[in-house]
Amino acid sequence: MNNLFVYCEIEDGIIADVSLELLTKGRSLANQLKCQLEAIVAGYKLDDIEKQVLPYGVDKLHVFDAEGLYPYTSLPHTSVLVNLFKEEKPQICLMGATVIGRDLGPRVSSALTSGLTADCTALEIGDHEEKKEGKVYKDLLYQIRPAFGGNIVATIVNPEHRPQMATVREGVMKKQILSADYKGKVIRHEVGKYVADADYVVKVIERHIEKSKTNIKGAPIVVAGGYGVGSKDNFKLLFDLAKVLNGEVGASRAAVDAGFADHDRQIGQTGVTVRPKLYIACGISGQIQHIAGMQESSMIISINNDPDAPINTIADYVINGTVEEVVPKMIKYYKQNSK
Amino acid sequence: MSLKIIVLAKQVPDTRNVGKDAMKADGTINRAALPAIFNPEDLNALEQALRLKDAHPGSTVTILTMGPGRAAEIIREGLYRGADNGYLLTDRAFAGADTLATSYALATAIRKIKDYDVIIGGRQAIDGDTAQVGPQVAEKLGLTQITYAEEIEKVENGRITVKRHIDGGIETVEGPLPIVLTVNGSAAPCRPRNAKYVQKYKHAKTVTEKQQGNLDYTDLYDTRDYLNLAEWSVTDVNGDTAQCGLSGSPTKVKAIQNIVFQAKESKTISASDREVEDLIVELLANHTIG
Repeated sequence: MNNLFVYCEIEDGIIADVSLELLTKGRSLANQLKCQLEAIVAGYKLDDIEKQVLPYGVDKLHVFDAEGLYPYTSLPHTSVLVNLFKEEKPQICLMGATVIGRDLGPRVSSALTSGLTADCTALEIGDHEEKKEGKVYKDLLYQIRPAFGGNIVATIVNPEHRPQMATVREGVMKKQILSADYKGKVIRHEVGKYVADADYVVKVIERHIEKSKTNIKGAPIVVAGGYGVGSKDNFKLLFDLAKVLNGEVGASRAAVDAGFADHDRQIGQTGVTVRPKLYIACGISGQIQHIAGMQESSMIISINNDPDAPINTIADYVINGTVEEVVPKMIKYYKQNSK
Repeated sequence: MSLKIIVLAKQVPDTRNVGKDAMKADGTINRAALPAIFNPEDLNALEQALRLKDAHPGSTVTILTMGPGRAAEIIREGLYRGADNGYLLTDRAFAGADTLATSYALATAIRKIKDYDVIIGGRQAIDGDTAQVGPQVAEKLGLTQITYAEEIEKVENGRITVKRHIDGGIETVEGPLPIVLTVNGSAAPCRPRNAKYVQKYKHAKTVTEKQQGNLDYTDLYDTRDYLNLAEWSVTDVNGDTAQCGLSGSPTKVKAIQNIVFQAKESKTISASDREVEDLIVELLANHTIG
C-alpha cells in the first residue's frame, strides 16, 4: 500500500526507454521514502515482460494482458489504472511525457481528482508547509518544471490528493539496471475485472510506426540551431558542420516553431534531452526549457552575436559572431587541421 | 448530418519569443510586455471545426473560453473566422485554477450548453504546455477522447475518423460521437479572418464590455442579438466553488525561482579566422572532435 507506481509503456513487445528511466528514478525515490516500487504494464502477449522490468529494482509488477489493450487506446488503460489505484492507493505515480502518457495521465488524474504535473525536469522528496493552515506535510513529491515561457522554475506539490502524479520526458532521467536477478513479484490480473467491454470504443484502423531517422539522443556531437540561425537555408550550414564532425543536428523550440527544423530534432523540456561530448549552440539565446535539455553536455560552445545571450553563461567557449560567418570557418579549419 | 461543435479556446500571453523585458527587476513577470494572443493550437482546432461545418451544412461552431473580461477578444476572433457564437466563462472564483479546476469549470459550461457532438481544442496552451485540459474535460463529461489529432477524416453514422500523431508515427482511429478531440500544431493552419464576418461582428460585446465602452451603438444590441456575447459566472453554470479556482486545484505551487544558471568560466573569442582556427586545433588536440 501507498507505494510508488510507474506506468510502463510498451511498443512491439519492448518497454519504452522513458519507462525504464522512470523505474530507475522511481527506485531511488522509493528508497528515500522507504516504500516499494511497483510497475504496471498493460498490453497483449506479455509472456516474459517481467524480464525487462524487474531488473530495475521493481518489487511488484502488475501485468494486464488482453487483446484490446494493444495498441493503446485511452479508456481501457484509464480503467486499468483508476481501478488498480483505488485498490492499491499509491502515493506517487510516474509516467512518460509521451503521447500515451499525456493522453492517459490527465484522464486518470481527473477520475481520481488527484494533481498531475506535466513535463517535469526534476523530481525530489521534501516537506511542505501550508502556512495558512499551519500544517506540515512530510515527504511530498516535489515536481519541478520550468514555467511561463521558461522565465521561472516552479516547484509543484500535491499536499492532499493521492496519487501525486507527474510525467517526465524521455532522456531527462538516466536509466540504470539495479540487479539483473532482482526478485520482484509478478501479478497477472484478470483484465475483465478492471476494464468494462464498453471501454473498447475507439478502434485503431491503421498504424504506422517508423524508427526515428535521427538519433540526436545518442550522438557524441550535437550542432544545434536556434531562432538566430535566421532561416531554413542557413540551417543547412549546421548540417554541413554536423556531417564533417560526425554529429547530429538539433534545434531549439523557436527554430522548430519557425519551421527551420523538424520537430524530432527539438532539444529541451518539450523535446529531447541530450548529454553529448560537445554541444555547439548556434544562434540559440538559451531559454531555460532549452538549457534543461542540454546543460549536462561535457563541453558547450555558443556561437552568438549577442554577447548577453543567457546561454553564454553556461558555455565553455563563446564565439562572438554570426552563424553564417563562424560555421563555414569551423568547417574549413576542421578540414585543414584534422588530417 | 449537421453537427454541434464546441471549440475550447484560450487567450494566452505570447511566451514564444519573450524579450529581456519579460521579467521585472524584482523577478516577477511583466505581463504588460507579453501580448495576449489566441493560443496557437486552438486556432488549428478552430480550423478543423470550421472544416467540419463546411462538410456538414447546418452545423454550428461555438467558441468557449475561460478567462478575464478581455478574453472576449478570443470569441470575436473566432467569429471573424467563421464561428457562429461564443461563451465567455469569467468569475473571480475561477482564478488560480490548475488544469483540473479549469476542466471542471469548462465541463460545467459545456453541460449548460447541453447540445454537442464534437468538443475540440488545441493539444496544449503555450503558457503551460501541459496538454491536460482536453482529456480532463473528456473524463469529467464521461466522453472518450482522441488527442494529438492531425486531421478529421470524416464523420459518418455517429462515428468520427481521425488521423493522429503518435510517438514515431501516425495512426488512424475511429470513435463514437459525442467526443473530445485535441489538435496538434502541425495540423492545417486556421483560415484568415473573413472581411464579411469582421463587419458583422466587430461590435459584438459581452455585458461587461458594453458597460465599459462607449454607448454609440446601444440600439444595435437590441435589434441584432448575435452581437451580444454571452458571459457566464460560476453561478450561471451551477458550479461548485469548492471545485473551482485555487480551492479546486490539487496541485499547489510551492516555490517559484528565477533561473540561476551554474555559470561556468567561459572563454570568449572573436569570429576571426585566427581565433576560430585556434579553437578547432585545441578541440582536435584534446580529442573533443576528430
